[in-house]
Amino acid sequence: MLTLRRFFATLGPGTLWLLVFLVLPLLIVLGYSLLTRTDVGQVGLPVTLENWQRVFGYDALFEEFVPDNLLVLWRSVWVAGLSTLLCVALGYPLAFYIASQPQRRKNLLLLLLIIPFWTNFLIRVYAWIIILRPLGLYPSTLAVLLGMTYAYLPFFVLPVYSSVEKVDWRLVEAAEDLGATPVRAFWAAVFPQTLPGLVAGVILTFVPALGTFVVSDILGGAKTALVGNLIQNQFGQSGDWAYGSALSFLLLGVVLLGLWLYARAAGQRGLEELV
Amino acid sequence: MRRVSPALAAYSWLVYAFMYLPIFVLVLFSFNTSKFGATWEGFTTRWYGVLFARQDVREAVVNTLTVAVTSTLISAVLGTLLGLGLWRYTVRFRTALTFLLVTPIVIPDVVMGVSLLMFYALARHLLPFQGGLTTVLLAHVTFQVSYVALVVRSRLAGYGPELEEAARDLGANGLRAFLHVTLPIALPGVLSGALLAFTLSLDDFVVTYFTSGSGFHTLPVLIYTAVKRGVTPDINALSTLLIGFTALLLIVASLLTRPRKVRRED
Repeated sequence: MLTLRRFFATLGPGTLWLLVFLVLPLLIVLGYSLLTRTDVGQVGLPVTLENWQRVFGYDALFEEFVPDNLLVLWRSVWVAGLSTLLCVALGYPLAFYIASQPQRRKNLLLLLLIIPFWTNFLIRVYAWIIILRPLGLYPSTLAVLLGMTYAYLPFFVLPVYSSVEKVDWRLVEAAEDLGATPVRAFWAAVFPQTLPGLVAGVILTFVPALGTFVVSDILGGAKTALVGNLIQNQFGQSGDWAYGSALSFLLLGVVLLGLWLYARAAGQRGLEELV
Repeated sequence: MRRVSPALAAYSWLVYAFMYLPIFVLVLFSFNTSKFGATWEGFTTRWYGVLFARQDVREAVVNTLTVAVTSTLISAVLGTLLGLGLWRYTVRFRTALTFLLVTPIVIPDVVMGVSLLMFYALARHLLPFQGGLTTVLLAHVTFQVSYVALVVRSRLAGYGPELEEAARDLGANGLRAFLHVTLPIALPGVLSGALLAFTLSLDDFVVTYFTSGSGFHTLPVLIYTAVKRGVTPDINALSTLLIGFTALLLIVASLLTRPRKVRRED
């Protein structure tokens, strides 16, 4: 039973912290998105929907580096999507391979996977400059795609692996006994069991990829600007915090919406297991 | 366990090669004589020397460690309490609370960074917020708390309230039951959560970038600024050292945790 005293002893401090340093700032973002830019880094009245209009491309003002907002949004979606697909292609078989190895080898393989995962993101991304520059592929959209796939691959493999490891292989035998070909047996008996991990992996890859600015900033140029870069710009040179807030809130909204839908489908358990 | 097709094995090793290729190249080029790194010209370790002589690097290391240690301590306490509360009490707003906890984990870094930037700008009117250590520290704790809380909660999840109740039946009060029964059980979770929080802080770039104001640099921010100007061998040297440090930490951690690993029966 939860008394007020017990609440403050346990859940209280952490919840309060998050309310002050997470929720409140996000509300500020929402608020700023509805105000007008008065100066670099300043906003004021009047309350306006202009920033949101601009986000959705209705404004006729074009910035120097960003030709069209909708184009940037679209590019973010397809680059993130494509790199997620590549992660699936590279990582899904890998998970099976690791799961099939004897214990000691498995531990080694997992360790080899985890080292890049825990190595500084920035370092892993910029290392590609050294490789791609002599090949003339830097900066380019391909470089961004490559960098993104590379950066997020470990994020994808780990949740998938944890599902694959738990697969009950006897179902394959059962399927084959019932006359299924090996391929059919895989899709019917194995694949569904890996689905939770696969979905988690996709979400853990696609969502950060959508909001990244580091990869496109380092490996790409003005032509490969993604939403993250656009936002960064507003809080840097452009100083348009109102517009930047609208963009940020949109990104946040998309992510939270996806999360909410996932939570409804997978239940609270699924939500916790995601982490 | 099962037969593995050689094609799968070969494919997997190719993926591993892909994962380590840039790291290998980067380490290699930290020993390159040529400053501009396009072609290999010779072997030297002088860039490591250059690196250690750099004042800004030394400052960044100190800053990074200070923030990481302090934020980990704070978030370990807050997060453990939170995880404990979630495990112990069922409240009606539990789903909302879980959602709140998951948010810092899924939120795009840019959004978090930007929101805190604006929060600090506003708060500066009320409190004497200096950009720098404090602002970065508070930001780090914010995303660390969730991780710790969820790891601790998941560690405790296999245990029911019976243990604490048993301790109470034997006469222990709430605090003693916590210290002598619950905490020891939660401890591995607390430690992994803390380790995770520590690494997240060390590595964080985006949130730190937006909340550090001017003049306060952590290592990731330093690396970013340097890379934007152009990749040089001394930065490669720094990166090599960081990679080595991380790998070492992980190897040690894996050696320490392996024998004691308990498989939960599901």
